Amino acid sequence: MQLLAVEKLTKSFGGLTAVLNLNIELKQGELIGLIGPNGAGKTTVFNLLTGVYAPTSGSITFCKNDEKVELHGLKPHKICKSGLARTFQNIRLFKDLTVFDNVRIAMHKNVKYGLLSSFLRLPSYRREEKEIADASMELLRIFELDGKKDEYAKNLPYGEQRHLEIARALATNPDLLLLDEPAAGMNPAETARLTELIKWIREKFNLTILLIEHDMSLVMKICERIYVLDYGILIAEGTPDEIRSNKRVIEAYLGEDVSNA
Amino acid sequence: MVRDKLNSQLVKRIILLLLAYVIIQLLIAVNIINDYLQATLVTICINIILAVSLNLITGFTGQFSLGHAGFMSIGAYTCAIITMKMPTLGGFVLGVVMGAIMAAVVGFIVGLPTLRLRGDYLAIATLGMSEIIRIVFTNLDSITNGAAGLNGIPRFVNWTWLYIFVVGIILLIRNFLKSSHGRACIAIREDEVAAEAMGINTTKYKVLAFIIGAFCAGIGGALYSSYFYYIKPDLFGFLKSVDILVIVVLGGLGSISGSVLAAILLAVVSTYFQSFPEIRMILYALILIIIMIFRPQGLLGSKEISLSVFNRASKFFAFGKGEK
Ligand SMILES: Nc1ncnc2c1ncn2[C@@H]1O[C@H](COP(=O)(O)OP(=O)(O)OP(=O)(O)O)[C@@H](O)[C@H]1O
Ligand SMILES: [Mg+2]
Repeated sequence: MQLLAVEKLTKSFGGLTAVLNLNIELKQGELIGLIGPNGAGKTTVFNLLTGVYAPTSGSITFCKNDEKVELHGLKPHKICKSGLARTFQNIRLFKDLTVFDNVRIAMHKNVKYGLLSSFLRLPSYRREEKEIADASMELLRIFELDGKKDEYAKNLPYGEQRHLEIARALATNPDLLLLDEPAAGMNPAETARLTELIKWIREKFNLTILLIEHDMSLVMKICERIYVLDYGILIAEGTPDEIRSNKRVIEAYLGEDVSNA
Repeated sequence: MVRDKLNSQLVKRIILLLLAYVIIQLLIAVNIINDYLQATLVTICINIILAVSLNLITGFTGQFSLGHAGFMSIGAYTCAIITMKMPTLGGFVLGVVMGAIMAAVVGFIVGLPTLRLRGDYLAIATLGMSEIIRIVFTNLDSITNGAAGLNGIPRFVNWTWLYIFVVGIILLIRNFLKSSHGRACIAIREDEVAAEAMGINTTKYKVLAFIIGAFCAGIGGALYSSYFYYIKPDLFGFLKSVDILVIVVLGGLGSISGSVLAAILLAVVSTYFQSFPEIRMILYALILIIIMIFRPQGLLGSKEISLSVFNRASKFFAFGKGEK
């Protein structure tokens, strides 16, 4: 069943076209990679999907329970409410708040009690706050962060901050999870653990995942299909094996290596 | 078990709150707190209300506002006009309620256009709004008596009323901040983009912070006019807004108890040095400078001291016998 359909998506920043005529299709339950050299436009795609930027043109359709929602033009919080959640390439935790609060905040969209209940601590407040606290602790346990629940997010080691960002995204109870370079800055052991974790949460939370990653070992190992972007254009799409042997992909990456040398 | 403990804590808190009320009421009755000190006490209470409500907007939601005196003036004028027409207790209560509501409505109107602004720009816009409010009051001669102000406002405010409002407002704002709605506000201060991405309607919560903050400032203004007999537009100018902001920053952005502490501290300093007017302002400024150098995050930072401090103190005095 189709979950997300991106059609002819284009984004220009002044003279620079960061994404051009991009088509992506995600089916329910898939784990898909989005790769490409630096500056290819991957993060821009995430920002378009989550409403941080408005597309210059094109459409983004999200299908949930046979209901089609056009995401183009919606504000980010509405998009989150439709079932998309994300992490950020340059970690954007609520740094000066505790680990626990970071997760609790992300449960906001499902809160039903109103202002009066919060001011007067009515029973609905107490009941739902308890549910929020329990659910948050359960998420923290999955990421082995429950022992650090009262620490400030900024004091966590880098790898744990990345984990916390995923936990926070899951707290919004998404159908589609967008991970922007979740393994960046991790050592091989941490990356291996993250790989297992991503596989595991996909099953557990019944997720569809779209993943940006430079670490090819991770991408090739867990992604079922891969999209390759270069200069904002989709240059290849296919299974890991197909991508590995694709000439244009090799060229794009070689080009980068050459320019780096 | 947990319930029992919670309940006993609640009982303790209520006892402490009542105790504080009774002690001061007694001190007033035997005139140790004389008229002069009573004015200081009223100023402290009103400043606490103003500072805590501004802290919600600036300290917790991260929206830099320089127009809090504007909201205060709306509460003050509304209450004054109503109580002058209806000099009864009912009129006073109506005045406070209407003052708060009017201020909240203006808070909403001010909140809306400022949503696209951040930081310094927002500060300047809110400053402009409060100046507009002041100029409107100055020019509405027929209702507000213009720049000369309103005189002879019936006094209904006493220690009891003040205490009810101060404690009530602190409790309500504290409860709000510990709810999901309050956490949404705090998330906006921390990172607006991340807050939106986590499903928080940042527009709604910024406006809400302005509405609640203005509502409480309106109450503060209403109490002010009812205690001090006399109001005029100039009392609610830029300097008053800065005064409130100073309390908030001094106490710590994002700390309610910090605002309370700073309001008391500044009032005490300024009362104590009342008889040395030459050095008073210098000293006041010096204290601010010293604190900002050594504790730029404010007295309490974003931490809170709660009544548990008194719990510990009471254990020290063996009040809390039998408690583990
Ligand atoms: N807000 C913006 N304004 C102007 N240009 C931008 C903006 N955001 C991105 N760009 C440009 O768009 C292009 C794509 O950027 P993007 O961040 O999407 O790349 P990326 O594929 O995520 O790269 P990386 O692997 O380095 O994260 C880059 O040239 C970048 O400079
Ligand atoms: Mg990127």
